[in-house]
Amino acid sequence: MTDMLKIIDLHAEAGEREILKGVNLTVKEGETAVLFGPNGSGKSTLMSTIMGYSTCKVTQGQILFKGEDITDLTVDQRAKKGIGMMMQRPPNIFGVKLGDLIKTASPIGEEVLKEADRFKMGNFLDREVNVGFSGGEIKRSELLQLTAQKPEFILLDEPESGVDLENIDLIGNKVHDLLYDGISCRGSVQRHVSSLVITHTGQILDYIGADCAYVMKNGRICCSGRPTDLLKEIKENGYGECGSCQTIKL
Amino acid sequence: MPDDKAVRDALEKKGAFGTDIDIDRYEDGTSTPDQIDDLQSSDYQRYMENVGVVADEINRSGTLMFIDNGMSHCHTSVQEGLDMMSTKDALKKYDWLKDYFWKSMDPTKDKYTAKSYLDDADGYFIRVKAGYHVKNPVQTCMLINKDKSIQYLHNIIIVEDGASLEMITGCATAHHANDSLHVGVSEIYVGDNANLTFSMIHSWGKQTGVRPRTACTVGKNSNYTNNYVILNPVGTLQSFPVANLGENSSATYNTMCISHEGSDIDTGGMVNLNGRGSRAEIMSRSISMGGKLCARGRLVGNAPEVKAHLECRSIILKDGGSTLAVPELEAHVADVEMTHEAAVGKIARDQIEYLMSRGLDEDQAISMIVRGFLSGSINGLPPALQKELDEAIEQANLGD
Ligand SMILES: Nc1ncnc2c1ncn2[C@@H]1O[C@H](COP(=O)(O)OP(=O)(O)O)[C@@H](O)[C@H]1O
Ligand SMILES: [Mg+2]
Repeated sequence: MTDMLKIIDLHAEAGEREILKGVNLTVKEGETAVLFGPNGSGKSTLMSTIMGYSTCKVTQGQILFKGEDITDLTVDQRAKKGIGMMMQRPPNIFGVKLGDLIKTASPIGEEVLKEADRFKMGNFLDREVNVGFSGGEIKRSELLQLTAQKPEFILLDEPESGVDLENIDLIGNKVHDLLYDGISCRGSVQRHVSSLVITHTGQILDYIGADCAYVMKNGRICCSGRPTDLLKEIKENGYGECGSCQTIKL
Repeated sequence: MPDDKAVRDALEKKGAFGTDIDIDRYEDGTSTPDQIDDLQSSDYQRYMENVGVVADEINRSGTLMFIDNGMSHCHTSVQEGLDMMSTKDALKKYDWLKDYFWKSMDPTKDKYTAKSYLDDADGYFIRVKAGYHVKNPVQTCMLINKDKSIQYLHNIIIVEDGASLEMITGCATAHHANDSLHVGVSEIYVGDNANLTFSMIHSWGKQTGVRPRTACTVGKNSNYTNNYVILNPVGTLQSFPVANLGENSSATYNTMCISHEGSDIDTGGMVNLNGRGSRAEIMSRSISMGGKLCARGRLVGNAPEVKAHLECRSIILKDGGSTLAVPELEAHVADVEMTHEAAVGKIARDQIEYLMSRGLDEDQAISMIVRGFLSGSINGLPPALQKELDEAIEQANLGD
């Protein structure tokens, strides 16, 4: 399997402060990798840096996508190469309607909009993007947009946070569809899309079947292992020991 | 009538706002332009359509066109309740009109009003008789066709008690008449229980000077909406319409403008809330693309239970220009509720990048946000105007 994403010794600043302090991480083609880590450890910053947001300034290191160095590409260049992101807290886009954005941004936007009801977003297409959306609505809107975007590699920042129990199934299934390129059979093992997923609760793992997991602490990857093992360990003992135990290795 | 000496003296009087223009530099525009029967086959069609005036006149109750200082077309499909003609013809026809003539507007206000007064400017007269609701909009077009000339106009709009009217007025210069001056005096009278929506779209040349002078008197329980749109380059433009509201009436001003490199735009307006329970809202969205920009708003509460809000928002897209927001609230009684909001800045980078992360390039992302920003200024824009407006924003070359 070739490397979809390879991050080498990545250092990045946000707000004049170094947040990422030498991150190394690889996601192989077709693989789903999970990223755990305490609040404030730099997980969202890592995703924003991969997407190319200018709030995050790379000071050292490299981001390779399918073998190509994308460290200096603009956000849209990365999107066009096949990277998509579900943001944890996307900005309000005043005056821009969700439906118009999807139609403009994607050649299959019109078709995807016909499916909006399946995302429970049918009534939101004339709303301004993210303005006044609840936590769950933001996630469903991001998923609808990503479905139109069809990325090859997806960054999912806490897809289940702020989502009530009733909607978690919907979100989980839509994330599954994205990763399995629309094959809704849950038995399918043929994954076309790779991803990096941040989760606290691990709930999303029930829907997507992750391959490997990383733990981030204080701007570095301090541990990696099997997702279920790591999650169990973190749930029982917290992050306190992470990075020092060295017992769970893939 | 004011005495002529006072008005002649006012020829030296600079406008309260905006750079001073030497009006003697321009010759008079012709008052006997070509007469146009069929707008669709006229050379001027594209200029008209740029400013929201449709040449086929479909879904319009009437069309009145001025080229330079004379009327060149006047046609209405409405037989009852709607009166359209030139101001001069109307003065001959209706003796009572002199009670409206220079009554909302003081000709000694500044040199531009004085010039229109002394040169006996013609213009359009549009009147809706009491109780009539004119269904489709009436459109007027004011075109400058002669270079180095001054176009002065004196328009009168009367919407009588219980009547309603929607107007779209487009003003433009022909390409070859870039270095010209437009001075349009508009006196607007809205009766009791009446409605007027007055939408103005401007598209001038890079050197054109523009000094509209608009005053509106509104009776009781009426609504007056004034939409103003300018998206293309202009030389110097300054406009500050004033409305005087009676009891329980409301005024809404929506302004949308772009100031390109070399343009100097000073817009806004004033509402005097004179009647108990009257309301006003002034909204402006403007963009500096390297040009000078001033967004003004002045609300004056003169009666109890008035409610008014003012909002000026500007985005600076390119350096080289300047932006000034001047929101003013003035109250002369205790029982008023008046608020304002003003914001000046650039488009937030995270918004642009969010759209870019969906695959739009930077220019597309900016123009999408800007389009949204601008259209957010217009509450209840007449549907007839939305399409023209979208096209005008499209053509405004936002991403360059
Ligand atoms: N734009 C920014 N300006 C200043 N500090 C930032 C910025 N973005 C993130 N940070 C800081 O970086 C640290 C990591 O944040 P984040 O990546 O959101 O953590 P996580 O997603 O792991 O909870 C936090 O201390 C946060 O306050
Ligand atoms: Mg986070």
